[in-house]
Amino acid sequence: MKMRPMAITSRFYPVWYRNWLVYLRTWKVSFLPPFLEPILYIAAFGFGLGSLIDSIAYAGMTLSYVEFIAPALLAVSIMNSSFFETTYSSFVRMYYLKTFDATMSAPVSVDEVTTGEIMWGATRSLIAAAIMLAVLIAFGLIGWRYCLLILPLALLGGLGFGSIGMMFTGIVPNIDLFTLPTFLFITPMFLFSGTFFPLDTLPGWAQVAAMTLPLTHLSNLSREICLGFPCGLSILWSVLYLVCFAAVFFLAAIITMRRRLIK
Amino acid sequence: MESGTDSGHNTPQVIEAVGLRKTYGDVVAVQDISFTVRKGELFGLLGPNGAGKTSTIRMLYGFSPMTAGSLRVMGMDVTTDWRAIRARIGVCHQENNVDPDLSVRENLEVFAKYFGLPRRIAGEKIDAMLKFMGLEHREKSAVMELSGGMMRRLILARAFMNDPEFAILDEPTTGLDPQSRQLVWDRLAELKKKGVTILLTTHYMEEAARLCDRLIIIDHGKILAEGAPRDLVHKHVGRNVIESSPVSEELRTFLAGRSLEFEDLGNRILIYCRDEEPLFQEISRRFCQENCILRTATLEDVFLRLTGRDLRE
Repeated sequence: MKMRPMAITSRFYPVWYRNWLVYLRTWKVSFLPPFLEPILYIAAFGFGLGSLIDSIAYAGMTLSYVEFIAPALLAVSIMNSSFFETTYSSFVRMYYLKTFDATMSAPVSVDEVTTGEIMWGATRSLIAAAIMLAVLIAFGLIGWRYCLLILPLALLGGLGFGSIGMMFTGIVPNIDLFTLPTFLFITPMFLFSGTFFPLDTLPGWAQVAAMTLPLTHLSNLSREICLGFPCGLSILWSVLYLVCFAAVFFLAAIITMRRRLIK
Repeated sequence: MESGTDSGHNTPQVIEAVGLRKTYGDVVAVQDISFTVRKGELFGLLGPNGAGKTSTIRMLYGFSPMTAGSLRVMGMDVTTDWRAIRARIGVCHQENNVDPDLSVRENLEVFAKYFGLPRRIAGEKIDAMLKFMGLEHREKSAVMELSGGMMRRLILARAFMNDPEFAILDEPTTGLDPQSRQLVWDRLAELKKKGVTILLTTHYMEEAARLCDRLIIIDHGKILAEGAPRDLVHKHVGRNVIESSPVSEELRTFLAGRSLEFEDLGNRILIYCRDEEPLFQEISRRFCQENCILRTATLEDVFLRLTGRDLRE
């Protein structure tokens, strides 16, 4: 099947703006998760689990366990914020509220709706990362030197995970089925992407497998930024991976959402 | 000298649909229908549930791609010029798809942005539209606090945000109380006066007869009748209807022996007549003194005759 050319102009912005407007009404609640989450993790892993672990060696550095996981918490939050926005929240707008049907009676294309939603997912990642960053810096867990680079990373990661979430929104028959991508994709990544333990503690094959996961690269990059780039230029591969990840799934989301909405 | 502005076929067509077809898999929703809507006309699209009305409407504003046929809206091709078309039309959906996460005013603000209206113009337009639809005192309300009628009016306000030349209104008055309905009728009349072309669907035949210049009745994706409401009544039913209930066997025998048009519904019989008094006098005297009424034929009679009386989904 030949793919119709993409119809994307700046009219995706009002789709984004609609979500921003809703966020402004509820920000007092919405900002709590990224604010409280790192505090809870630090309490559990720092004082609880961390007291059992002396230190962790990473790229020639010796880190406390909390210092090791702090950048990963950022990465996980970037992943979750956009993924859950473009799955559950977008699905509610699309299926229950019929918001997109209304939008598309104005001069806005289906591709612009998809793009606006993904951009909004990325914005949620950005907001979450910014709030969490402030908390982690306040706790003295990450260096402030390069830390603002977390923000463009949050956008890039947010685009990728927002796109893959949107792709699922174009596919799942009902909202309960988001459980599948969550448990088969998000949860394993959460655990096995060099988030809570260094990858080199895994057997060789598992290390290779972990390198195919987007969160591995996102959390790598986050850790590099927070620790002042101990690994140098090798991280460019991770950047490239995330760019391709976002591009491929953005396209996939455009296709599944067209199939879903154009009848 | 010849004037080029006279009526008739020189009036620009707002819709020119030729052989319009829509299929979903094996299901044919719209079967090769052709119709035109003239500029400034209030055009009715009637039919029972599942007749193909909404499928047709979705093709008109370039939401659903058509399976076959050609469709021009305001002289433009729907497939390629959908964005320019949508910029100049207003759509009121059948579902109450207002945005419950936003206030009344914000609903319109977002729509102004979809249409690319500059902020200052949008503000003025929103004030005007809230007033136009009688919602000015509710601009800050959450949408979920609105009554069904207010939601419907908000959807109409939204549809008129861009000063459309052509408004597509899918059941705008369904679920409205008589007061709201009256307001909507008045507004439609105002827009019509300004030269706005309107395509209307409704299940209220009285409303269609009252508002529409012309209409089509469709069922199973095909056009069954087309014309001005009054002409359709005269053509398909006649001037008057004699209703008798209950039905006596003598009346049945009487009718069987004549070349009269009638419908036997079991416990009720409808006799369609062109000239009224003598026949009514005779029937009521001989067969049903008290249970017989003579009434004016309506569009509802036409609708039920053409689309049948079976219940739809």
